[in-house]
Amino acid sequence: MTRDSQDAVKAGIPIFIGYVPAAIAFGILSKGCGITLLECFLFSAAVFAGASQFIALNMVMTGMGPGGIILTTLLVNFRHFLMSAYLSTRIAETAKKKIFLMAFGVTDEVFSVLSFKKGNLSTKFVFILQWSAYSAWVGGTVAGYVLGGFLPEILIKSMGVALYALLLAILLPEIKQSVKALILTIASGVFNTMLIKLDVLPNGWNIIVCILIIALAGSFFITGEVKEEEVYE
Amino acid sequence: MNSLIPLIFGMAAVTYGPRLMPFLLMTNKQIPARLDAFLKCIPAAAIGALIIPGAFNATPDMPMAAASGMAFTMIFGLWHGGIIIPVLGSVAVTCLILFFAG
Repeated sequence: MTRDSQDAVKAGIPIFIGYVPAAIAFGILSKGCGITLLECFLFSAAVFAGASQFIALNMVMTGMGPGGIILTTLLVNFRHFLMSAYLSTRIAETAKKKIFLMAFGVTDEVFSVLSFKKGNLSTKFVFILQWSAYSAWVGGTVAGYVLGGFLPEILIKSMGVALYALLLAILLPEIKQSVKALILTIASGVFNTMLIKLDVLPNGWNIIVCILIIALAGSFFITGEVKEEEVYE
Repeated sequence: MNSLIPLIFGMAAVTYGPRLMPFLLMTNKQIPARLDAFLKCIPAAAIGALIIPGAFNATPDMPMAAASGMAFTMIFGLWHGGIIIPVLGSVAVTCLILFFAG
Protein backbone atom coordinates (compact mmCIF):
# COMPACT_ATOMS: atom_id res chain seq x y z
CA MET A 1 0.00 0.00 0.00
CA THR A 2 1.36 3.42 -0.88
CA ARG A 3 1.86 6.16 1.67
CA ASP A 4 -1.13 8.01 0.23
CA SER A 5 -3.47 5.03 0.68
CA GLN A 6 -2.25 4.43 4.22
CA ASP A 7 -2.91 8.05 5.10
CA ALA A 8 -6.36 7.79 3.54
CA VAL A 9 -7.24 4.67 5.52
CA LYS A 10 -6.02 6.32 8.72
CA ALA A 11 -8.11 9.39 8.02
CA GLY A 12 -11.09 7.23 7.04
CA ILE A 13 -11.29 5.35 10.36
CA PRO A 14 -12.51 8.29 12.48
CA ILE A 15 -15.08 9.21 9.82
CA PHE A 16 -16.28 5.61 9.84
CA ILE A 17 -16.55 5.64 13.62
CA GLY A 18 -18.46 8.90 13.55
CA TYR A 19 -20.89 7.92 10.80
CA VAL A 20 -21.93 4.48 12.04
CA PRO A 21 -23.93 5.57 15.11
CA ALA A 22 -25.61 8.45 13.26
CA ALA A 23 -26.51 6.07 10.44
CA ILE A 24 -27.85 3.46 12.89
CA ALA A 25 -30.02 6.18 14.43
CA PHE A 26 -31.34 7.04 10.97
CA GLY A 27 -32.14 3.38 10.28
CA ILE A 28 -33.96 2.94 13.59
CA LEU A 29 -35.93 6.14 13.07
CA SER A 30 -36.86 5.15 9.50
CA LYS A 31 -38.27 1.87 10.69
CA GLY A 32 -40.20 3.66 13.40
CA CYS A 33 -41.70 5.93 10.75
CA GLY A 34 -42.96 2.92 8.82
CA ILE A 35 -40.99 3.39 5.60
CA THR A 36 -39.74 0.30 3.74
CA LEU A 37 -36.20 -1.05 3.99
CA LEU A 38 -35.63 -0.20 0.32
CA GLU A 39 -36.68 3.42 0.88
CA CYS A 40 -34.53 3.66 3.98
CA PHE A 41 -31.54 2.22 2.10
CA LEU A 42 -32.08 4.56 -0.86
CA PHE A 43 -32.20 7.61 1.41
CA SER A 44 -28.67 6.91 2.56
CA ALA A 45 -27.35 5.37 -0.67
CA ALA A 46 -28.68 8.02 -3.08
CA VAL A 47 -28.84 11.22 -1.02
CA PHE A 48 -25.86 10.58 1.31
CA ALA A 49 -26.34 13.72 3.40
CA GLY A 50 -27.01 13.11 7.08
CA ALA A 51 -28.85 16.11 8.49
CA SER A 52 -31.10 16.54 5.46
CA GLN A 53 -32.23 12.90 5.68
CA PHE A 54 -33.36 13.32 9.28
CA ILE A 55 -35.16 16.54 8.39
CA ALA A 56 -36.85 14.89 5.39
CA LEU A 57 -38.04 11.95 7.49
CA ASN A 58 -39.49 14.37 9.98
CA MET A 59 -41.28 16.30 7.22
CA VAL A 60 -42.68 13.12 5.67
CA MET A 61 -44.18 12.29 9.06
CA THR A 62 -45.79 15.71 9.39
CA GLY A 63 -47.38 15.11 5.98
CA MET A 64 -45.51 17.74 3.98
CA GLY A 65 -45.54 17.25 0.19
CA PRO A 66 -42.43 16.30 -1.82
CA GLY A 67 -41.98 19.83 -3.26
CA GLY A 68 -41.40 21.38 0.14
CA ILE A 69 -39.15 18.57 1.26
CA ILE A 70 -37.00 18.77 -1.87
CA LEU A 71 -36.68 22.55 -1.56
CA THR A 72 -35.64 22.22 2.08
CA THR A 73 -33.10 19.56 1.10
CA LEU A 74 -31.63 21.92 -1.49
CA LEU A 75 -31.29 24.67 1.11
CA VAL A 76 -29.89 22.41 3.82
CA ASN A 77 -27.32 20.81 1.53
CA PHE A 78 -26.28 23.87 -0.44
CA ARG A 79 -23.29 24.46 1.85
CA HIS A 80 -21.57 21.65 -0.06
CA PHE A 81 -21.43 24.02 -3.03
CA LEU A 82 -18.91 26.12 -1.13
CA MET A 83 -16.98 23.04 -0.04
CA SER A 84 -16.81 21.68 -3.59
CA ALA A 85 -15.71 25.10 -4.85
CA TYR A 86 -12.73 24.92 -2.50
CA LEU A 87 -11.96 21.27 -3.26
CA SER A 88 -12.08 21.85 -7.01
CA THR A 89 -8.98 24.05 -6.64
CA ARG A 90 -7.14 21.29 -4.80
CA ILE A 91 -7.63 18.10 -6.79
CA ALA A 92 -4.72 16.77 -8.79
CA GLU A 93 -4.72 17.03 -12.59
CA THR A 94 -5.13 13.25 -12.84
CA ALA A 95 -8.22 13.35 -10.61
CA LYS A 96 -10.13 15.69 -12.89
CA LYS A 97 -11.64 12.87 -14.93
CA LYS A 98 -13.27 11.47 -11.82
CA ILE A 99 -15.14 14.59 -10.71
CA PHE A 100 -18.60 13.08 -11.27
CA LEU A 101 -17.99 10.34 -8.73
CA MET A 102 -15.90 12.51 -6.43
CA ALA A 103 -18.56 15.21 -6.20
CA PHE A 104 -21.10 12.67 -4.91
CA GLY A 105 -19.01 12.06 -1.78
CA VAL A 106 -18.47 15.67 -0.67
CA THR A 107 -19.79 15.59 2.91
CA ASP A 108 -18.88 17.93 5.77
CA GLU A 109 -16.41 15.49 7.30
CA VAL A 110 -14.83 14.31 4.04
CA PHE A 111 -14.40 17.95 3.03
CA SER A 112 -12.80 18.77 6.39
CA VAL A 113 -10.25 15.98 6.16
CA LEU A 114 -9.44 16.79 2.53
CA SER A 115 -9.12 20.51 3.11
CA PHE A 116 -6.16 20.22 5.49
CA LYS A 117 -4.37 17.42 3.66
CA LYS A 118 -1.08 18.75 2.36
CA GLY A 119 -0.44 18.91 -1.38
CA ASN A 120 -2.73 18.06 -4.26
CA LEU A 121 -5.49 15.53 -3.68
CA SER A 122 -5.01 12.27 -5.55
CA THR A 123 -7.91 10.19 -6.86
CA LYS A 124 -6.91 7.33 -4.60
CA PHE A 125 -6.82 9.39 -1.43
CA VAL A 126 -10.19 10.97 -2.11
CA PHE A 127 -11.90 7.69 -3.03
CA ILE A 128 -10.58 5.69 -0.08
CA LEU A 129 -11.78 8.42 2.26
CA GLN A 130 -15.17 8.73 0.58
CA TRP A 131 -15.63 4.98 0.50
CA SER A 132 -15.04 4.65 4.24
CA ALA A 133 -17.60 7.38 4.82
CA TYR A 134 -20.12 5.93 2.37
CA SER A 135 -19.85 2.33 3.55
CA ALA A 136 -20.28 3.44 7.18
CA TRP A 137 -23.30 5.56 6.29
CA VAL A 138 -25.11 3.02 4.11
CA GLY A 139 -24.08 -0.01 6.18
CA GLY A 140 -25.04 1.68 9.45
CA THR A 141 -28.42 2.70 8.03
CA VAL A 142 -29.32 -0.84 6.99
CA ALA A 143 -27.98 -2.27 10.27
CA GLY A 144 -30.08 0.18 12.26
CA TYR A 145 -33.22 -0.66 10.29
CA VAL A 146 -32.78 -4.42 10.41
CA LEU A 147 -31.21 -4.94 13.82
CA GLY A 148 -32.72 -2.02 15.71
CA GLY A 149 -30.90 -0.83 18.84
CA PHE A 150 -28.17 -3.45 19.03
CA LEU A 151 -25.66 -1.04 20.54
CA PRO A 152 -26.23 0.19 24.11
CA GLU A 153 -28.11 3.48 24.04
CA ILE A 154 -25.51 5.24 26.17
CA LEU A 155 -22.80 4.37 23.63
CA ILE A 156 -24.88 5.67 20.70
CA LYS A 157 -25.46 8.88 22.63
CA SER A 158 -21.76 9.31 23.39
CA MET A 159 -20.81 8.64 19.80
CA GLY A 160 -22.72 11.77 18.87
CA VAL A 161 -19.63 13.66 19.96
CA ALA A 162 -17.33 11.73 17.58
CA LEU A 163 -17.97 13.84 14.49
CA TYR A 164 -17.34 17.08 16.35
CA ALA A 165 -14.20 15.63 17.91
CA LEU A 166 -13.09 14.60 14.42
CA LEU A 167 -13.56 18.13 13.08
CA LEU A 168 -11.70 19.59 16.05
CA ALA A 169 -8.83 17.10 15.73
CA ILE A 170 -8.46 17.99 12.04
CA LEU A 171 -8.48 21.68 12.81
CA LEU A 172 -6.04 21.75 15.75
CA PRO A 173 -2.73 21.35 13.87
CA GLU A 174 -3.89 24.11 11.52
CA ILE A 175 -4.79 26.64 14.20
CA LYS A 176 -1.58 25.88 16.07
CA GLN A 177 0.37 27.02 13.02
CA SER A 178 -1.73 29.85 11.70
CA VAL A 179 -3.30 32.73 13.60
CA LYS A 180 -5.40 33.40 10.52
CA ALA A 181 -7.04 29.95 10.77
CA LEU A 182 -7.64 30.45 14.50
CA ILE A 183 -9.32 33.83 13.97
CA LEU A 184 -11.44 32.52 11.10
CA THR A 185 -12.57 29.50 13.12
CA ILE A 186 -13.56 31.43 16.21
CA ALA A 187 -15.18 34.25 14.25
CA SER A 188 -17.15 31.72 12.27
CA GLY A 189 -18.31 29.80 15.35
CA VAL A 190 -19.40 33.00 17.11
CA PHE A 191 -21.16 34.35 14.03
CA ASN A 192 -22.91 31.04 13.39
CA THR A 193 -24.14 30.95 16.99
CA MET A 194 -25.51 34.49 16.59
CA LEU A 195 -27.30 33.59 13.35
CA ILE A 196 -28.86 30.52 14.95
CA LYS A 197 -30.03 32.56 17.96
CA LEU A 198 -31.47 35.25 15.66
CA ASP A 199 -33.33 32.53 13.79
CA VAL A 200 -34.37 34.60 10.76
CA LEU A 201 -32.90 32.48 7.95
CA PRO A 202 -34.50 29.28 6.63
CA ASN A 203 -33.18 25.92 7.80
CA GLY A 204 -29.62 25.31 6.64
CA TRP A 205 -28.89 28.86 5.52
CA ASN A 206 -27.31 30.05 8.72
CA ILE A 207 -24.17 28.06 8.00
CA ILE A 208 -24.04 29.11 4.34
CA VAL A 209 -24.35 32.83 5.13
CA CYS A 210 -21.83 32.35 7.93
CA ILE A 211 -19.21 30.66 5.73
CA LEU A 212 -19.72 33.21 2.93
CA ILE A 213 -19.38 36.27 5.14
CA ILE A 214 -16.50 35.01 7.26
CA ALA A 215 -14.51 33.73 4.25
CA LEU A 216 -15.20 36.97 2.39
CA ALA A 217 -14.07 39.05 5.38
CA GLY A 218 -11.04 36.78 5.70
CA SER A 219 -10.10 37.27 2.06
CA PHE A 220 -10.16 41.08 2.47
CA PHE A 221 -8.36 41.38 5.79
CA ILE A 222 -5.77 38.69 5.45
CA THR A 223 -4.72 38.87 1.80
CA GLY A 224 -1.10 39.57 2.80
CA GLU A 225 -0.71 36.20 4.42
CA VAL A 226 -2.49 34.45 1.58
CA LYS A 227 -0.07 35.94 -0.95
CA GLU A 228 2.87 34.78 1.11
CA GLU A 229 1.48 31.27 1.06
CA GLU A 230 1.22 31.40 -2.72
CA VAL A 231 4.87 32.34 -3.03
CA TYR A 232 5.74 29.60 -0.59
CA GLU A 233 3.88 27.01 -2.62
CA MET B 1 -48.19 6.02 2.50
CA ASN B 2 -47.24 6.68 -1.16
CA SER B 3 -43.89 5.41 -2.32
CA LEU B 4 -41.10 7.73 -1.20
CA ILE B 5 -38.80 6.69 -4.01
CA PRO B 6 -39.57 9.65 -6.33
CA LEU B 7 -39.04 12.00 -3.37
CA ILE B 8 -35.73 10.33 -2.54
CA PHE B 9 -34.43 10.73 -6.09
CA GLY B 10 -35.56 14.36 -6.10
CA MET B 11 -33.60 14.91 -2.89
CA ALA B 12 -30.61 13.09 -4.36
CA ALA B 13 -30.65 15.35 -7.43
CA VAL B 14 -30.77 18.64 -5.49
CA THR B 15 -28.03 17.38 -3.17
CA TYR B 16 -25.73 16.17 -5.95
CA GLY B 17 -26.17 19.28 -8.13
CA PRO B 18 -24.52 21.77 -5.76
CA ARG B 19 -21.80 19.21 -4.94
CA LEU B 20 -20.94 18.80 -8.62
CA MET B 21 -21.41 22.28 -10.08
CA PRO B 22 -18.22 23.91 -8.77
CA PHE B 23 -16.09 21.07 -10.15
CA LEU B 24 -17.60 21.67 -13.60
CA LEU B 25 -17.21 25.45 -13.38
CA MET B 26 -13.68 25.62 -12.05
CA THR B 27 -11.81 22.86 -13.85
CA ASN B 28 -8.97 24.06 -16.06
CA LYS B 29 -9.54 27.72 -15.42
CA GLN B 30 -7.21 30.28 -13.95
CA ILE B 31 -8.72 31.50 -10.69
CA PRO B 32 -8.53 35.24 -9.96
CA ALA B 33 -6.41 36.06 -6.87
CA ARG B 34 -9.36 37.58 -5.00
CA LEU B 35 -11.50 34.47 -5.49
CA ASP B 36 -8.56 32.27 -4.56
CA ALA B 37 -8.08 34.17 -1.28
CA PHE B 38 -11.79 33.71 -0.56
CA LEU B 39 -11.70 29.98 -1.33
CA LYS B 40 -8.63 29.51 0.89
CA CYS B 41 -10.60 30.89 3.83
CA ILE B 42 -13.47 28.42 3.38
CA PRO B 43 -12.05 25.42 5.32
CA ALA B 44 -11.49 27.22 8.63
CA ALA B 45 -14.73 29.19 8.29
CA ALA B 46 -16.73 26.05 7.46
CA ILE B 47 -15.23 23.88 10.20
CA GLY B 48 -15.67 26.64 12.80
CA ALA B 49 -19.37 26.87 11.96
CA LEU B 50 -19.75 23.09 11.85
CA ILE B 51 -18.32 22.70 15.37
CA ILE B 52 -19.80 25.75 17.09
CA PRO B 53 -22.44 25.72 18.47
CA GLY B 54 -23.37 22.15 17.41
CA ALA B 55 -20.81 20.42 19.65
CA PHE B 56 -22.46 21.86 22.75
CA ASN B 57 -25.64 20.04 21.77
CA ALA B 58 -24.07 16.69 20.93
CA THR B 59 -25.43 15.19 24.16
CA PRO B 60 -28.59 17.26 24.69
CA ASP B 61 -29.53 15.54 27.98
CA MET B 62 -26.22 16.52 29.52
CA PRO B 63 -24.16 19.11 27.59
CA MET B 64 -21.33 18.71 30.14
CA ALA B 65 -20.61 15.19 28.85
CA ALA B 66 -19.99 16.29 25.25
CA ALA B 67 -18.08 19.35 26.46
CA SER B 68 -15.74 17.11 28.47
CA GLY B 69 -15.23 14.84 25.47
CA MET B 70 -14.36 17.85 23.34
CA ALA B 71 -12.03 19.14 26.05
CA PHE B 72 -10.19 15.82 25.93
CA THR B 73 -9.82 16.13 22.14
CA MET B 74 -8.56 19.69 22.51
CA ILE B 75 -5.98 18.87 25.19
CA PHE B 76 -4.75 15.63 23.64
CA GLY B 77 -4.79 17.12 20.13
CA LEU B 78 -2.74 20.15 21.15
CA TRP B 79 -0.32 18.10 23.19
CA HIS B 80 0.17 15.07 20.99
CA GLY B 81 -1.80 15.51 17.75
CA GLY B 82 -3.29 12.69 15.71
CA ILE B 83 -6.92 11.95 14.89
CA ILE B 84 -7.90 8.45 15.99
CA ILE B 85 -7.03 8.72 19.69
CA PRO B 86 -8.54 12.21 20.10
CA VAL B 87 -11.78 10.95 18.48
CA LEU B 88 -12.05 7.61 20.33
CA GLY B 89 -10.97 9.29 23.56
CA SER B 90 -13.67 11.91 23.31
CA VAL B 91 -16.30 9.19 22.86
CA ALA B 92 -14.89 7.29 25.86
CA VAL B 93 -14.83 10.38 28.08
CA THR B 94 -18.37 11.34 27.05
CA CYS B 95 -19.58 7.79 27.66
CA LEU B 96 -17.97 7.61 31.11
CA ILE B 97 -19.53 10.89 32.17
CA LEU B 98 -22.96 9.92 30.85
CA PHE B 99 -22.63 6.60 32.65
CA PHE B 100 -21.48 7.82 36.04
CA ALA B 101 -23.06 11.26 36.23
CA GLY B 102 -26.14 10.67 34.05
